[in-house]
Amino acid sequence: MSAAGPIPGPIPAPSPALGRASRENYLTADYSWRSWLLTVDHKRIGILYLLSVTGFFFLGGLFAVLLRLELATPQGDLVQAETYNKLFTMHGLVMIFFFLVPSIPGVLGNFFVPIMIGAKDMAFPRLNLLSWYVYMIGGLVSFLAIVMGGVDTGWTFYAPYSSTYANSNVALTAVGVFITGFSSILTGLNIIVTVHKMRAPGMTWFRMPLFVWAHYATSLIMILGTPVLAITILLLALERLFHIGIFDPKLGGDPVLFQHLFWFYSHPAVYIMILPAMGVISELVAAFSRKRIFGYSFVAFSSLAIAVLGFLVWGHHMFLSGQSVYAGVVFSVLSFLVAIPSAVKVFNWAATLYKGSVLLSTPMMYVLGFLGLFTIGGLTGLFLACLGLDVHVHDTYFVVAHFHYIMVGGAVMAFLGGLHYWWPKMFGRMYPEALGKFSAVVVFIGFNLTFFPQFLLGYLGMPRRYHAYPEEFGVLNVLSSAGASILGIGYLLPMVYLIWSLRYGPAAVQNPWGAKGLEWEKAPTPPPTFNFDATPVVTQEAYAYADDLPAEPTRPEASYV
Amino acid sequence: MSDSHGAHGGALAHHFEDLEQQREAHTLGMWAFLVTEVLFFGGLFGAYAVYRSSYPQAFANASNQLDHVLGGINTAVLIGSSFTMVLAVHAAQLRRKWQIFGWLWATIVLGAVFLGVKYVEYHHKWEHHLVPGPNFLFEGQPGGSEQLFFALYFSMTGLHAFHMVIGAGVLIWLSVLALKGRFDEPGRNAVEMAGLYWHFVDLVWIFLFPLLYLLGRHQ
Amino acid sequence: MTSWFALLPALQTYDGSQTAPLFPPSASTVSGEVDALYAFLVGVSIFFSVLIFALVIGFTVRFRRRPGVHATPIEGSLPLELLWTLVPLAIAMVIFVWGAKVYFRTVRAPSDAMQIDVTGKQWMWKMQHPTGQREINDLHVPVGVPVKLRMISEDVIHSFYVPAFRIKRDVVPGRYSTTWFEATQPGEYHLFCAEYCGTKHSQMIGRVFALDPVEYQAWLAGAGAAETPREAGAKLFTSLRCDTCHNSQSGARGPDLAGRWGGKSVLRGGGSATFDADHVRESILNPGAKLALGYEPLMPSYSGQVGEEQLLALIAYIESLAAPQGAKEKP
Ligand code: HEA
Ligand code: HEA
Ligand code: HEC
Ligand code: CUA
Ligand SMILES: [Cu+2]
Repeated sequence: MSAAGPIPGPIPAPSPALGRASRENYLTADYSWRSWLLTVDHKRIGILYLLSVTGFFFLGGLFAVLLRLELATPQGDLVQAETYNKLFTMHGLVMIFFFLVPSIPGVLGNFFVPIMIGAKDMAFPRLNLLSWYVYMIGGLVSFLAIVMGGVDTGWTFYAPYSSTYANSNVALTAVGVFITGFSSILTGLNIIVTVHKMRAPGMTWFRMPLFVWAHYATSLIMILGTPVLAITILLLALERLFHIGIFDPKLGGDPVLFQHLFWFYSHPAVYIMILPAMGVISELVAAFSRKRIFGYSFVAFSSLAIAVLGFLVWGHHMFLSGQSVYAGVVFSVLSFLVAIPSAVKVFNWAATLYKGSVLLSTPMMYVLGFLGLFTIGGLTGLFLACLGLDVHVHDTYFVVAHFHYIMVGGAVMAFLGGLHYWWPKMFGRMYPEALGKFSAVVVFIGFNLTFFPQFLLGYLGMPRRYHAYPEEFGVLNVLSSAGASILGIGYLLPMVYLIWSLRYGPAAVQNPWGAKGLEWEKAPTPPPTFNFDATPVVTQEAYAYADDLPAEPTRPEASYV
Repeated sequence: MSDSHGAHGGALAHHFEDLEQQREAHTLGMWAFLVTEVLFFGGLFGAYAVYRSSYPQAFANASNQLDHVLGGINTAVLIGSSFTMVLAVHAAQLRRKWQIFGWLWATIVLGAVFLGVKYVEYHHKWEHHLVPGPNFLFEGQPGGSEQLFFALYFSMTGLHAFHMVIGAGVLIWLSVLALKGRFDEPGRNAVEMAGLYWHFVDLVWIFLFPLLYLLGRHQ
Repeated sequence: MTSWFALLPALQTYDGSQTAPLFPPSASTVSGEVDALYAFLVGVSIFFSVLIFALVIGFTVRFRRRPGVHATPIEGSLPLELLWTLVPLAIAMVIFVWGAKVYFRTVRAPSDAMQIDVTGKQWMWKMQHPTGQREINDLHVPVGVPVKLRMISEDVIHSFYVPAFRIKRDVVPGRYSTTWFEATQPGEYHLFCAEYCGTKHSQMIGRVFALDPVEYQAWLAGAGAAETPREAGAKLFTSLRCDTCHNSQSGARGPDLAGRWGGKSVLRGGGSATFDADHVRESILNPGAKLALGYEPLMPSYSGQVGEEQLLALIAYIESLAAPQGAKEKP
């Protein structure tokens, strides 16, 4: 049973003159190195991002493996304290700034936002390429800082330790992060303009897929938050180099001001990391239950609500830092409010499955993983937003567990799910489905084994960023380290079989999942350089599954050609 | 921000449907960029507000050391440059390349005057040990909250001056393009975009001048 | 509230023999409240996690794809949206209010608390008892007496954390922070530095010994009392010549400091400042920052001449000047 019949709709079939277009695609358009490195095609740029974020993920993962090895025993025996401190700092920095922030927007967003709204490219293709180069330069500068001995301030760079006391490469790392920030700004700007101005005829705001809404909201945060991070880091570098006294209390400065400025960006940044993931989940849930997302407009607006409210809660990282008690109370209540739109999304996704026609494919396995783990991560966020409790668990492993549940259990799961879902479109190949499901299970098990014990450790009082710890925390730490090795294998598997599939995987048809959306219905697989043979005209809402009931593959394998 | 595939000739880039769409995209892009700039400076304004309220006295004392006459002159110069920039944009709409060239250069010269005056001011500060760091002395005393004022003064005006330099560079480049006839055909809006940027940089100064030079003088 | 906690009796105490306990020892007046709050949140979390898991997995199985069976299109439902907006909102507000209440308990020390000075530096804790005894990394406290900590750092940010008491507070350079606790169970507990502070952050740990009051007195006697902070402060006040300007004589060059503690200091150029530890500290180190109304800016800066511990002593002394200066005890 094949899903890819001739597509009904107002578009004329490609004219014979363009017939070659279905053969030639963005991958085969040109094979030279130059054509890749100077490409302005958003899809190729997406691939460049895919390669680089994968590299950074495994680099950050390597640091994590070393962290977990050290923590397998209470004594600090594997590495020196100083090395350990550098390891978690670089793990956090690489994972956040060089992996997770650019991951979904840079790869899937770049590739699919223009296609989903029926555009030929991003509004500013060259800026798009520039953004990748800026990211790479920032990455290389930071990498240089790592090679030259690393940095040991924690990813949060708290002053005055970072500005005055640390003896590591703070300034160089700061420059790397500063540069990367501009990449994020450029990506956000490009997406905003693209969504506003490049939509195909008939693609109204409320016909846009939720993936696009999520990216739009993310981009708002990127352009409003990132500049503040940039200026903060600039001040930090000035302080470190010239001791100008902005943050150093010895000179009248205020170290807590640094924290305010840092979290003014970095709290919204956590939504930069989760919103695109939520966008992916919306697409996947709809596609694999063959239903329109329950409460489409609630899900769309909750993205915007998160983006806006997310700017008002940064102080919840500073309940114990010396900000006023009343500020603490206000930030606490706002943090509870920002949790509500997330709850709305989770319930709407669950409701979408109701009376659906649900196919438990590999991407859907990741969706289930996301829903469970994000829920736990988000709910434990409530523990932290709760003033009386945060006093006890702040800066313990409870916080570490909270954010890994959301960022690894949530965002990384969604990234992998999205990658599996769109892989056939991106490369025209299918991967081995059974292996895909198997590794999703491995990731899920490994993940929980790694991070669940950390909640318990945190409540027991084990502080984070500890190189050595008292004996009584030993058992739970061993469990966590064991889990991390399972998790590592879970991440290596997809990497292996996805690469394998590029050469040996069965060729994919245009729409292997029988899914809705311009990328599946109107764009050839893989898409040609300008995405469509003719500009699509949109006449339907997103996820209009109701109207073509017959085309329902029960197994994705059935749709291979 | 003027991103077009020049290689295809003509002002319309491949991926746009028409000039109208392209123009709108460019304008929106520029505005979004300016929003990021507002927040970039916003961090510094925030720090300024915090310290001004913690150390009102020290800030007033330190502010008295700034030369408000030079600051005032510079304000006038910048407003003048915004005016010439408007004329350059107007000329671009009329597609008169020599006028574009002329007004752009008038703007550049005024910008240079501003930077020159700024240099004189910085130089004075240096001679009077008012540059934060080991040499800093305020009324014979090292450190103190006055140093914070000057740290902010140099960061804010320095960042502003840096934006002026970038702006002037862009204008020079545009003036060359103008002579090459790049703006002779419709749909080229680079001068207009540069104008938005230039006005923004002026506007930042309009905030900086009273905050740094005037507020709390002579207490 | 504590009844929540009673649901988990097996886990209530940590006796060292359990290999993986779930709760740290509970040894202060607030620790039970924090645990109750925690238990409530765990309950809420289990409820919602199980709900979501059940819905998602249940629907996935129940509505799995079968040949010939189609999905039923459903647009959405306003009542449902309201339900799952308002119910979580209500629960969240309960958590917020409860959490804020517990928090206020942990920040507001009872007025009769005994005050201990804590100075953090890379990588050790220095404590001084009101009776003058000094300790490093160890802290002995009496059970049943509220203890208030006035804390400051000499270098970077640290954080004073005693899990058994469920209290934690950042120790920041340049400003004082406070926290308090009242131990309920005698015992030895962990003291951790919880804010990353450099290489030996994980070694900046110590022990808190909660002793019953009699033992505490015995310990005090054996620990060799030095000068009390107040006595040391009084000496400094003369040796640094503060008293040449700050005294009760009319025409003194500086304002009289007696009886000012906790009041307001009216500033030049409008506004006022609370006369507290931070204000005194700033006046000594950076007198130009805030000038008292009616006085010339004559006071020299003592920055670089007095260390954090001396500042704490001066503050203890000035704080003790409750009555007009004439009535102050001479050292
Ligand atoms: C993608 C990343 C991400 C996301 C999305 C979140 C989401 C949330 N975070 Fe988290 N957080 C981090 C990443 C993230 N966080 C990181 C990295 C840190 C540590 C930084 C550091 O110090 O290094 C941190 C730290 C952190 C703290 C500071 C802790 C401390 O240092 O003491 C707090 C405190 O309020 C907090 C709260 C929250 C809340 C309330 C949410 C909410 O948005 C969660 C909302 C989701 C849900 C609530 C789940 C779904 C809802 C239901 C299933 C229905 C039931 C709901 C209710 C009853 C309300 N987070
Ligand atoms: C996107 C963000 C992200 C991601 C994906 C991860 C992924 C992981 N993180 Fe991390 N983490 C952070 C963001 C992230 N982390 C941040 C921000 C901090 C705070 C830093 C700070 O305090 O400043 C932190 C801190 C942090 C700590 C606390 C350190 C401390 O406070 O002392 C720990 C400890 O267990 C940890 C573990 C892990 C593990 C086991 C993974 C795993 O998921 C990683 C799995 C990946 C691999 C295992 C790599 C793949 C495989 C190989 C390289 C092959 C070889 C390996 C084997 C076969 C075993 N992380
Ligand atoms: C040369 C005179 C002089 C000396 C010596 C001096 N002070 Fe002062 N002090 C002043 C004056 C004048 C003021 C009021 C102006 C100001 O606020 O700076 C003042 C203000 C203060 C204040 C703030 C009072 C308020 O009402 O807000 C405190 C506290 C203080 N001094 C403590 C000290 C201490 C402690 C010392 C010694 C270590 C000291 N002073 C030494 C002259 C002096
Ligand atoms: Cu002191 Cu960590
Ligand atoms: Cu946050």
